[in-house]
Amino acid sequence: MQIKPILSALRKHRLSTVLIALEIALACAVLCNACFMIFQRVSATHIDSGVDETSLATVQLTGYDSTQAADVDARALAALRSVPGVESVSLLNSVPFGSRRGTAGITTDAAGEHFGGVIEFYVGGPGSLQTLGAKLVAGRAPQVDDFHAFTGFMPDEGSVQITQALADHLWPGADPLGKELWVLKSHYRVVGVLKKLVRPDPTGWPEQQREWSVFLPAQPGPYLTGSYLLRASPGDLPRVLRDALAAVAKAVPEVVIDRENSHAVAELRHDVFKNDRAMAGMLVGVIAALLLVTALGIVGLASFWVQQRRRQIGIRRAIGATRGDILRYFQTENFLIVTIGIVLGMLLAYVLNLLLMTHYELPRLPLFYLPIGALVLWGLGQLAVLGPALRAAAVPPVVATRSV
Amino acid sequence: MFAYYLDLALRSLKRNRMLTALMVLAIAVGIGASMTTLTVMHLLSGDPLPGRSQHIFYPQVDASPAGYAKGGPLDMLDYRSAVDLWSAHRADRQALIAGSDVKVRAPDAAVPPLMVPMLATTSDFFAMFKVPFRYGSAWTAADAASRARVAVISSDLNDRLFGGADSVGKTLRLKDSDVRIVGVMDAWRPSPLFYDVRAGRFAEGQTSSFYDKPEDVFMPFFSGLEANDGNFWQFTCWGKVATPGHLQDAPCAWVGLWVQLDSAAKVTDYRAFIANYAQQQKLLGRFSSTQTRMSSLIEWLVFNHVVPSDVKLQTWLAFAFLAICLFNMIGLLLAKFLRRSSEIGVRRALGASRGAIFAQCLVEAGMVGLVGGIGGWLLTLLGLWLVRRQPVEYADLAHLDIGMLGLTFALAVAASLIAGFLPALRASRVAPALQLKTL
Repeated sequence: MQIKPILSALRKHRLSTVLIALEIALACAVLCNACFMIFQRVSATHIDSGVDETSLATVQLTGYDSTQAADVDARALAALRSVPGVESVSLLNSVPFGSRRGTAGITTDAAGEHFGGVIEFYVGGPGSLQTLGAKLVAGRAPQVDDFHAFTGFMPDEGSVQITQALADHLWPGADPLGKELWVLKSHYRVVGVLKKLVRPDPTGWPEQQREWSVFLPAQPGPYLTGSYLLRASPGDLPRVLRDALAAVAKAVPEVVIDRENSHAVAELRHDVFKNDRAMAGMLVGVIAALLLVTALGIVGLASFWVQQRRRQIGIRRAIGATRGDILRYFQTENFLIVTIGIVLGMLLAYVLNLLLMTHYELPRLPLFYLPIGALVLWGLGQLAVLGPALRAAAVPPVVATRSV
Repeated sequence: MFAYYLDLALRSLKRNRMLTALMVLAIAVGIGASMTTLTVMHLLSGDPLPGRSQHIFYPQVDASPAGYAKGGPLDMLDYRSAVDLWSAHRADRQALIAGSDVKVRAPDAAVPPLMVPMLATTSDFFAMFKVPFRYGSAWTAADAASRARVAVISSDLNDRLFGGADSVGKTLRLKDSDVRIVGVMDAWRPSPLFYDVRAGRFAEGQTSSFYDKPEDVFMPFFSGLEANDGNFWQFTCWGKVATPGHLQDAPCAWVGLWVQLDSAAKVTDYRAFIANYAQQQKLLGRFSSTQTRMSSLIEWLVFNHVVPSDVKLQTWLAFAFLAICLFNMIGLLLAKFLRRSSEIGVRRALGASRGAIFAQCLVEAGMVGLVGGIGGWLLTLLGLWLVRRQPVEYADLAHLDIGMLGLTFALAVAASLIAGFLPALRASRVAPALQLKTL
């Protein structure tokens, strides 16, 4: 296949060639970045919470005073424990993908000078860490005398389990066990390291901060109340939760069951990422429309060129070119134009990514998106030009002898 | 002449239906996408109090210890500063606000108790923000002074508890006290819910919650604090809170103050007033810094980046998409016009000027734009329908208003004229002699 005649033909249609190449360049830039954003969104929804999501559910009660807490908890717990299929019930201030209740800024010194970041305190009663199923990778689990009674938002001191991610952030390279952290005057000592425990609201935080959580043991009391963590076998969980809600409604009719937040953890997770899924869906839609419009543009222009060159095609056929030659001519021509577009498009994709990085905190576009985008556009171009090229190949040689 | 060009354009468009359809489709899809996102942008970035927002201000002082508040004073006030500033009555109108969830039981309804958001605020709130009432009215200053247990409820709550009937004078059980309803608000949906906007700069662009509905229960500030004691939300605390939810004496920022200042002089005076207040409190040893800020309503919204970053991203994406559609259309128009080179040659030979050819081509492009605009309008309606099905707080706001409808067509025609410019120029440069020879 000779490229030179194609190039000289393109030079005659400089404007159209440039236009279609620019369109492909823009499409390439948007395509690469949109694909990357879809990947980002979808991978965000796959965040590992570090807990046994499929066997966990939560029941949330509100609408009573702290003075009534002991009574409400006693009745609610008795009701929850009596539901057949419930393996364990414990008190935990918040659950992964539920409402956050223990967000606080910490320091790694008593004077409060070394700010460690804003982290999440999971304040939980006896048994709650085991119920969650978060894996301990170093140190120890909470012991009976770690659970202190408290007033206010959370205990003033305690032995805590922190996540590996938080440990790496606060004391990179050092052994976190025995280290201390402070929230104003409240003081905590690290006795265990958890492999993973995601924040209740991971989507609201930068990626590297999503696992900055601490488990703080505490005795249930006026301010650790009404937020229950249930464990049941995964298959049985929907039924157990339904029965549990009914049992609580009967046992403590005077309180309000927060039905919006009383769900299986898997369901809460599903809700948390609704937005990301919607955005990913929209991006897929945009990509589809984008490819469609680009393909239509190529079809339109190629059809026009085929029609314009009918006579020349006839002449070529008459002096010995096969149908295959004509077909390949248009395919090669399209390949060349798309290639110009892709080269420009890769540069543009990079520029667009830089813009997105500064304005939307998107990470750098991994380079392998560029060849993928190129392949997609080459494929699209070939597909779009196939129809017009086949029509060109079908032009009979006799056209050469007629005027158009 | 214009009518003749319209006729010519129509004929030309009819002659090559496939190419025409491609162009109309391209412009319709591009306009549909960009108008959908632009409409959402327009709704989310609009002025929640048109005509009044320039008089509404959000003063801030900072009672937190040194180094606690980074980048300016905290987003809300501590109780004492808030009440001090409010009771000085230096502004034309002023409203304190504090948020909580309250347990509501309607005595005569068989509805189980429910938790609804409640705003404790002062009586100027309703006049300052022009809150519409369906039944009754706001409580009076006398009600507030006597700490009467009265409330204004939203039309939503009124529908839920009283089936939409006039409930003024009825009693509502809020937490443990009986509260008399004095007013039922009419549908009121400021976008964003500006008076509750705060901490936007820490939200990582996820600000769609700023577009939530107003609270369901409004109570006078001080009697509200009594009635729903123990349930109030803090913005942030810099010390131990003995009783969470009871924050009057806690080291917490949790009260907002909105003021109305009707003239520039009053704005200057008020700035001086809060600066003086901060100075004086620092001398007294209660403040560690004299930093203050007073943003106008719009400045405050901008400072809090109210428009969710996803929406902005979608808008950029849609416009990139429109650009691609335009390139596409330029290419197709070029093909279309140049295909008629011989026809143009004849017209030129018969005396048509370049300008006439140019105008004729642009009329044709504009017509494509107009038809594309109709398609774009339908696609925008479809797009907004999709937005309404999204799980975001502002979903119910997504409707096309008259202005945006007009813009849809204006944008479609403008885009197609821009797209038609280059091809029309090319067509008008066709050399008649060359074309006539090949006929």
